[in-house]
Amino acid sequence: MADNTDKNVKAPVLDVQDLGIDFGGLTAVNDLNMQVYDGEIVGLIGPNGAGKTTVFNLLTKVYKPTRGKIYFDGKDTAGKSVVDINKAGIARTFQNIRLFGNLTVLDNVKTGFHNVIPYSPITAILRLPKYFNSEKEINEKAMDLLKIMELDKYADYKASNLPYGAQRRLEIARALATNPKLLLLDEPAAGMNPQETAELMDMIRFVRDHFKIAVLLIEHDMKLVMGICERITVLNYGMMLAQGTPEEIQSNPEVIKAYLGD
Amino acid sequence: MQFLSYLINGLGLGSVYAIIALGYTMVYGIAKMLNFAHGDIIMIGAYIAFFALTKFALPFPLAVLAAIAVCTMLGVLIERLAYKPLRQAPSLAVLITAIGVSYFLQNGAQILWSSSSKVFPSVISTGSISLGSASVSYLTLLTIATCIVVMICLTLFINRTKTGSAMRACSEDKGASMLMGINVNMIISITFAIGSGLAAIASVLLASTYPSVYPTMGSMPGIKAFTAAVFGGIGSIPGAFIGGLLLGIIEIFAKAYISTQLSDAIVFGVLIVILLIKPTGLLGKKINVKV
Amino acid sequence: MKEKSSVFSRFGDKKNRGRLMSFALVIIAYIAVEVLLKTGSLGSMFSSLLVPITCYVVAAIGLNLNVGISGELNLGQAGFMSVGAFCGICVSGILAGSITAGIPRLIIAIICGAVLAAVFGFLIGIPVLKLQGDYLAIVTLAFGQIIKSIFMNAYIGIDTEGLHFSFVESNFKLQPGGKMLLNGPMGATGTQKIANFTIGTVLVIVALLVVYNLMFSRSGRAIMAARDNRIAAESVGIPISRTKMLAFVTSAALAGAAGALYGLNYSTLVPNKFDFNTSILILVYVVLGGLGNMTGTIISTVVLILLPELLRSLQDYRMLIYAVVLILIMLVTNNEWLMTKWKSLFSGKAKGGA
Repeated sequence: MADNTDKNVKAPVLDVQDLGIDFGGLTAVNDLNMQVYDGEIVGLIGPNGAGKTTVFNLLTKVYKPTRGKIYFDGKDTAGKSVVDINKAGIARTFQNIRLFGNLTVLDNVKTGFHNVIPYSPITAILRLPKYFNSEKEINEKAMDLLKIMELDKYADYKASNLPYGAQRRLEIARALATNPKLLLLDEPAAGMNPQETAELMDMIRFVRDHFKIAVLLIEHDMKLVMGICERITVLNYGMMLAQGTPEEIQSNPEVIKAYLGD
Repeated sequence: MQFLSYLINGLGLGSVYAIIALGYTMVYGIAKMLNFAHGDIIMIGAYIAFFALTKFALPFPLAVLAAIAVCTMLGVLIERLAYKPLRQAPSLAVLITAIGVSYFLQNGAQILWSSSSKVFPSVISTGSISLGSASVSYLTLLTIATCIVVMICLTLFINRTKTGSAMRACSEDKGASMLMGINVNMIISITFAIGSGLAAIASVLLASTYPSVYPTMGSMPGIKAFTAAVFGGIGSIPGAFIGGLLLGIIEIFAKAYISTQLSDAIVFGVLIVILLIKPTGLLGKKINVKV
Repeated sequence: MKEKSSVFSRFGDKKNRGRLMSFALVIIAYIAVEVLLKTGSLGSMFSSLLVPITCYVVAAIGLNLNVGISGELNLGQAGFMSVGAFCGICVSGILAGSITAGIPRLIIAIICGAVLAAVFGFLIGIPVLKLQGDYLAIVTLAFGQIIKSIFMNAYIGIDTEGLHFSFVESNFKLQPGGKMLLNGPMGATGTQKIANFTIGTVLVIVALLVVYNLMFSRSGRAIMAARDNRIAAESVGIPISRTKMLAFVTSAALAGAAGALYGLNYSTLVPNKFDFNTSILILVYVVLGGLGNMTGTIISTVVLILLPELLRSLQDYRMLIYAVVLILIMLVTNNEWLMTKWKSLFSGKAKGGA
């Protein structure tokens, strides 16, 4: 990309080039180019069916792209699996919440440490010292994450019994446990009331600063998007419609037309 | 030529499997349950036909009708009493209940009719005709013909009648079907009735081929037919037909050319290979998960 | 994707209490049985069932790891038991000359049975775990059938020239004085009975330790995460097939150990013993005991093995009653209205939300 020639600009943590995917002849995403830099909060918006979640699925390798490249941390991600991508440093949440419903809230977060603090099943079965040390560390770190997301009081609840907003925050906590460089949030404020949304905005900002990670989020709540995103990419019919700062996007006639219809 | 007669015998055995597999697959398609008691319905059918022929000396067609009538009622009764209360229950609970029903039928039969096997009278002419160098018994031909007729009738029923299209709707989406005014409970009952009726037809063919009737006679054909249904893609009617025929042919060929003792191992081995190549069976639908 | 949440709701958060309870239960039961044995108040029928009960408990605990914790229906657990059984019998037969003491030979046989069943589990797991749901279940059923028909046709013997093996009876010849270990459909005959109830109880405790230690660890969380939500589990970096394989192989190993103990409890054992019905029987223990609930599994296994014996006075009707009990338990435990009543009865409060 052109940016790479400019030595003053850091290389982006995520660099998407001419990305596209077809489902049985139907083009869901096409010619998408976007970058996310370290420590940035970027918004991905667009009308329903614009292909936003499909982009997340492409970035996390749930779908294999038909065209184009995705570079993460300077490396081509072609051929990587969903698990590899998470190990490489991309973590996500889901639009239709996907928690481990029968596990406790704390255990949900602990699963996120699977590759961060690993030890073998043999260590577990024989209860070797490494088991106790690792579990202690996992427990402490998981509790820290729950505190950040204000879920510590729910730690022993079954995840499926949590209120809706708390479930969304738990997904974020679980994603953070995997120690990502880039966090993808798919409609984190969906179903939240204005007060919860305001708290969530503070949390997202805090998470970005505290863990020094980049955040890419899909959201319909414009107050949230305009309030915390430094840059915004607008998708329409799988194509990029506009890109820029919140101010630029809000005054872009194309964007207004796409949202309000002709 | 031996090959031809093996092939035809395989088709004959496969036809029986296909008819049983149709029952499995229809119930699975609509009620989304593995009805492990299906094989035991076959056993009941065989006993009914046996007593109709021997004790009551009914003519063969009437005996078949009696078996069909009893099995159909039994199938509906079992569904109403044992499965219907579990419509919302986890599938494993339904599976265990089906196993319970299977035990019940087997042990009930043992109490009523003892565990010793009874010789099924040979009503269908034992003669055979020669096709080229192969000789084929009338029974085998009748079995194949029955299977074809059943398949045609069932396909017409599913595709051309109102009940048939309601069945297809239920197998796609029960909730939506209910909203469309379809009586889902009724459709499930009809499905069990048809499946059990088919089991009765299969039972007469099976009992005539291997002329003995005993309480556990349904288990192995049941498992094989279930395998055949999965083979073809469970839930798919043409799949059960093709799966049943292929399974029968493979079994006969394995017995003839490889080893009688290992034929079951070969049949199940082929199933595994097929599922590895096509994880949802030959004609099964691909399951898509929306992320 | 259909989540199987309701099935697993019995797996609550009171895990530590459950864990202690199951160990306590096993130890108390053992002491009680030993006392009854010493005082001679245990009938011969019941004392002959002691070792088989421990075998089925171990196999069922293993299967619960697979079905309850990992969420994959397995209809071939008896197949792994038979691998363990015949492996154990062969190992014991081969070592009979060099290790005369029963207990060490039994332990070696159990370990060998577990290891061989685990190897089978791994090999079978490669194709099986590529499939999902009912398709996975049918392939485990198929493998159970294949294992059974292989043992039905296996001839193994030992003589002065070493170990002999064949699939064809007519090709199988032993030197005079040689010992037949496996004899095709006749199975194993003339096995030295070295199994005992104490070792069986120890095996149950080992099985509980293995399963609990695995459950409450990184691997156990991964197994349950993969069960609850495959896609989310992958998204946090959990490799699904490797995780499911761990549960599958562990389950197979426990069944193998149980099989070895079982095989060495009888002087003759036919391959038909471990058929589809046995797999189903073990599955029934697991489902009735509660998915993921090891204490429940132990209780239901013991009760369901003893039930037909207790009903013996009813003669022919006992299996019929067994079947009815099975159906009724399923109908009652899955009836929401009845279960809410039942729970409110225990909590002693007015009926609240479930």
